[in-house]
Amino acid sequence: MTITPELVIFFLLAAVSIGAALGMLFSRNAIHSALFLVLNFAVVSVFFIMLAAPFIAMVQVTVYAGAIMVLFLFVIMLLGAEMLRRGGSPLRWQTGLALLLAVLFIGALGYVVFLRAGPLAAIAPVGVDYGGPVDIGTKLFQDYLLPFELTSFLLLVAMIGAVVLTRDSRGRGIGNRLSNPGATSATLKELGQVGAPASPPGQPRP
Amino acid sequence: MQPVPTLYYVALSALLFTLGVIGVLTRRNAIIIFMSVELMLNAANLAFVAFAREFAKLDGQIFVFFVMAVAAAEVAVGLALIVTIFRTKNSINVDDINQLKG
Repeated sequence: MTITPELVIFFLLAAVSIGAALGMLFSRNAIHSALFLVLNFAVVSVFFIMLAAPFIAMVQVTVYAGAIMVLFLFVIMLLGAEMLRRGGSPLRWQTGLALLLAVLFIGALGYVVFLRAGPLAAIAPVGVDYGGPVDIGTKLFQDYLLPFELTSFLLLVAMIGAVVLTRDSRGRGIGNRLSNPGATSATLKELGQVGAPASPPGQPRP
Repeated sequence: MQPVPTLYYVALSALLFTLGVIGVLTRRNAIIIFMSVELMLNAANLAFVAFAREFAKLDGQIFVFFVMAVAAAEVAVGLALIVTIFRTKNSINVDDINQLKG
């Protein structure tokens, strides 16, 4: 097998992506983990470009490395959960078992991929437009219209679920206070003040 | 120009997937567990795109879209769950979440 420039780039980037994944696994600070994961996603998007999927690569950068990881970072900083306290876990034995099973898994996959697979077939060349936005959009709206619509419904349900789950369930919302028959007049007065339009400074409140 | 063999991409995808599995099984921070799940989804995406290139069919790339949409939905709901658990338990260590009615 001859060493082509693509192969060199592939192995360099593969090393970077595996290193980033390891960094995500083993760094103690959750912020560092999230940033390692962003690096991993960026490297994988370069792989997508090498695999003639330019549009997917751009979506990967904007949606995965952009939106999703920003959401992760936002939650980590909101909770102040960068450092998790070290404590004795009741499931210590699970770590060794996980590593053992992971080695078995990768061994089985390597056996199938490298020993059982047939000789490498020549990869068919593709046109310049392959994997571009026009190609993807045509395929998406002609052959995969129903899954596409179902996906939009899934996103809607997820959005509603996120809103419902993070709602303050201890009844401190304004609606709950008003519907509560035992609401004191002080509460109502406070609500009225909150709800009143702020008077400009220097003018006495009516 | 001869492109990189598909098998190499599949092997890399398997490696990344395994690292994600190790993260889910060994880490105790719920957010890190979620990020490991994202790593596994991303490894699956890499395999999808590699096979789409191998067979010169776009369907694999379309599936990557759906995986990304599901991942976004999962992250939204999962992070909302984590925030809610943090409010009641004041911790996101999954070892602390050991009651059905916290």
